[in-house]
Amino acid sequence: MRSKTAALRLRVESALAGRLSSPFQYHDRRIVETVPAGIPPIDDLTGGLPRGSLTEIYGPPCSGRTSLLVSTLASRTAASEVCALVDAGDAFDPHSAETAGVRLKQLVWVRCRNADQALRATDLLIQGGGFGLIALDLSDTPPHVVRSVPLPVWFRFRRAVESTPTILLVVEQESNAKSCASLVLRLQAQETRWSQTSKDPEGHALPHLSGCLLDGWKSHAEMIRSRAKEDWIPPHAIFVDTAGSCTDFETQAVWNLSHVLSQHGSGGAHRKR
Amino acid sequence: MAFASIFVPNFAVQAAERAEPVLRERAFVLVDGNPPLCRVVAVNKKAAQAGIECGMTKTDAAQFVGAGIRPHSRMQDKSAHAALLDIGWSVSPRIEDTAEDAIVLDLAGSDYLFDSEQGIAIHLMQCSSKCGLLPNVAIALNVETSLIAARGFTGITVVPARQESKYLGDLPVGVLSPSVEIAETLNRWGVHTCGAFARLPVLHLSERLGQEGVRLHALARGAGSRSLAIAEQKSFFEEEMELDDAVEELDPLSFLLGRMLDQLCARLAVRSLAAGAIRARFELQPSFESTLNFRREAVHQKKPPDPYESKLELPIPVRDSKMLLKLLRLRLQSHPPAAPIRKIALAAEPARPRATQGGLFLPRFPEPEKLGLTIARIANVVGEGNIGSPSLADTHRPEEFHMEHFLVSPEATETKQNKSDALRSKKQNRHPKIPASFRAFRPPVPAQLELRAGRPFRVIFRGMRGEVLAASGPWRTSGDWWREDPWQQDEWDLEIDFRSSSSGCDASTNRRPNRGLYRFYYDVLRQGWFVRGVYD
Repeated sequence: MRSKTAALRLRVESALAGRLSSPFQYHDRRIVETVPAGIPPIDDLTGGLPRGSLTEIYGPPCSGRTSLLVSTLASRTAASEVCALVDAGDAFDPHSAETAGVRLKQLVWVRCRNADQALRATDLLIQGGGFGLIALDLSDTPPHVVRSVPLPVWFRFRRAVESTPTILLVVEQESNAKSCASLVLRLQAQETRWSQTSKDPEGHALPHLSGCLLDGWKSHAEMIRSRAKEDWIPPHAIFVDTAGSCTDFETQAVWNLSHVLSQHGSGGAHRKR
Repeated sequence: MAFASIFVPNFAVQAAERAEPVLRERAFVLVDGNPPLCRVVAVNKKAAQAGIECGMTKTDAAQFVGAGIRPHSRMQDKSAHAALLDIGWSVSPRIEDTAEDAIVLDLAGSDYLFDSEQGIAIHLMQCSSKCGLLPNVAIALNVETSLIAARGFTGITVVPARQESKYLGDLPVGVLSPSVEIAETLNRWGVHTCGAFARLPVLHLSERLGQEGVRLHALARGAGSRSLAIAEQKSFFEEEMELDDAVEELDPLSFLLGRMLDQLCARLAVRSLAAGAIRARFELQPSFESTLNFRREAVHQKKPPDPYESKLELPIPVRDSKMLLKLLRLRLQSHPPAAPIRKIALAAEPARPRATQGGLFLPRFPEPEKLGLTIARIANVVGEGNIGSPSLADTHRPEEFHMEHFLVSPEATETKQNKSDALRSKKQNRHPKIPASFRAFRPPVPAQLELRAGRPFRVIFRGMRGEVLAASGPWRTSGDWWREDPWQQDEWDLEIDFRSSSSGCDASTNRRPNRGLYRFYYDVLRQGWFVRGVYD
C-alpha cells in the first residue's frame, strides 16, 4: 500500500514538474511576515500588511483609501524597497505623494486608461518580481466593471504572489477578490475638520474668513477579513469573528502638518498661505 | 618585443558563414558580378571538394546538387573585418589594420596579462571563435615573420627567437607575395620554398632581382624590421545585412535580428563592453503602387521611402542578445515599419557593463535586466511615456510633473537620503495623523458653480448636483505670464453634500457619493470652473 502511494506521489510530482517545485511540501501558512502600513491605528488593528498576499482596501470616494495607499507606499519606499503603482484611472498625484514621504524615484507608476490595461500591467509586474509592494488602484473604475473581472484573475494574482515577498494591494470601491484576499479593510469617511467653523444664518461655512482652511478628516476602518489574525488564534478555537474589528484614523492637510512641513520645507507646502 | 598576426583564410566565405552559421554545414559558393555574368568568387571547403572552382559561372555552379549560392556581400565583409579588429583590441591597443583579412598586434606589455605567448594565441583563437571566425594566429619577434607564418601555417604558430629562417623554410615562396616577374624567375630557377630562396647569396640576388629581391630575401630569412602603422581605436559596433527578398513579417525579421544581435553581443563581450542603447535602421522597399507607376515624370520623381529608425534606450548596459531581441521585438510591435524591409543595420552604443555585488542586507529590488523587459512589455500595453518614475517640476504650476525612465540599483536605493527617510518614516509612524492625499482628475472636469455673496453655494459636475457645506478659498495663484501658456487660477476646497439634491450620479463611476471633498478652481484666463480632483 505504501509503495503504491509512493509510486502515485512520484507520478504526480513528475507530471507537475516545472510547474510546481514541490506539490506535496507542507507550507506553514500561519507564518506570515507583515510590514507596517504607516498608520498606527491600522497597524494595531491588522498587525500590518501581509507579504506574499493580496490585501484589499475598499470604500467610497473621500474615505481615505488613497491616503492609506500613499502612506503604505511611503513606508515601503522609506525601507528602500521598490514599489509599483498601477493606476487604472490615472489619478495619482505625485505632489501630495511626495509630501507624504513617498520616494518617487523608487516608484514605478503605470498610468492606464482602463481596468483591462491595469490588470495586464499588474500581471506583468508580478511576473517580473522583486517589488516590495505592487498597488493596483481601481478606485475610479466603475464598480460594475471591476465586478466583471473573473474570479480566476484574483486567484491567479494571489497564487503568483504567494511565495514571494511582494505585497499586492488592491484599492477599489467594492470588495471583489472574495476569499483570494488575505486582508480586507473597509473604509468609511467620517466628519471633515475645518480650521474655522463659523457659519452664516443658513448654515453655510463662511469662506472669506481668514484662516478658514481644510484641516483634515477622520476615516473609519473596519477589518472584514484577516487570514493572518485567524491563523494566530489558538488551534482549539471553534470560529473566528473578525467582523467588528474596527478603528478610526485621521488625516491632516499638509499645510497644517507641522512635522511634514518641517522636513519638506517649502517643497511640499506650496499652498501654505 | 613580439608581434601577433591574425589571418582569416578564405575571408569572404568566413564572413558569409559568420552572418549565416548554417552555411558551415553545407557546400556553398559566393557569386559576384552583374547578371547574367555572375561568376563564382569564393567557395567553401565542401564546395571545393564537390568540384566547384572559382571563376565558374553561376549557372555552372547551380548544376552541382546541394550547393548553395549566395551573393558576395561587401557589408558582411565589412562587419567581419570590424569583428577582426575588435578581437585585436581585446588584447592590445596597438594594432595594425594590415588587410581586410589580416591584422598585426603589438604584444609589448601583454606578458603582464597572459602567462605566455601561447596563452595569448589561445585567447585570440577563443575570441575569434566567439565572433564566428576561424583564423590562423602566429606570434614572432618581427611583424613580417608573424604575418608570413599566419598566412602559411594553420592554427596557432609561435616562432621562437632566432629560428625564423628554420620555421619559414618549408613554406612556398608565394607566401612572400612576390611580383609576377619575380615569381616566374624563381620558378625558372627551381626555387619553390622560402628555405631555398633564403640560401641564395644576397649579392648575386641583388644583381639579378634588384632591391625587391633583397627585401624578399630578408623576409624569407625572417629578418624583417618594419614598424607597425597603428590603427585608430574605434568603439563603433554595427552589423549590416542586405536582404535578397524584402521581409514584411516580424517572425522572420526576428530571426535575422537575433543573428545580428548575437554577433554584436559577441563583439561587445570581446571588448569587455555592453550595449547602452541599440539603434535600428531599416531601409524599406518602395511601395507596390509606386513601382507600377511607369510614367516618365513619376519615374523621375520616384523617391525611396524614408528609412525606419528607432533607438532602444536601455536602463542598464546589457550584453544578453536574447533580452535585446525581446526588447527590439516589443519596440517593433508597438512601432512597426511602414513597408517591407530590404536592408537592416543594427548599431550598439557601447557602455561599461554593470558590476554589482549582492549583499545579505540589501533591500529587495527587481533584477534590472528583467525589470527593463517588464517595463518594455507594459509600455507596449499602456503606451510609451505612460510608465516610469514621476519627477516633480521646479514650478508652482499645478499638476506639473515629468515621467522619467525608471532606473534602479541596490546602490541607489541604499543612500543617506533613504536612511533619513526611514528615520522620518519611523517618526511619522508614531504620529497619529497621516498626510491627506489627493486624487487628480486628468483632464480637469468642467463644472458649474452657483455663487451666493461671492462664495460657492451649489455645484454641478459629471452629472451630479450638490450643495456646498463648507468652503475654503479663494487661493489665488498665477505664473508663467512671460510664456505662451500662462496660468491664473482661484482655487477652492469645497465639502459638498450630494444627498440634498435629488438628481444625478457620477458619470464616470455610475455612482453618487453622499458627500465629498473636492478641489475646484476658476480659470481666470479661460473664464470657467473646473474640478481639479478629490481628497481621498
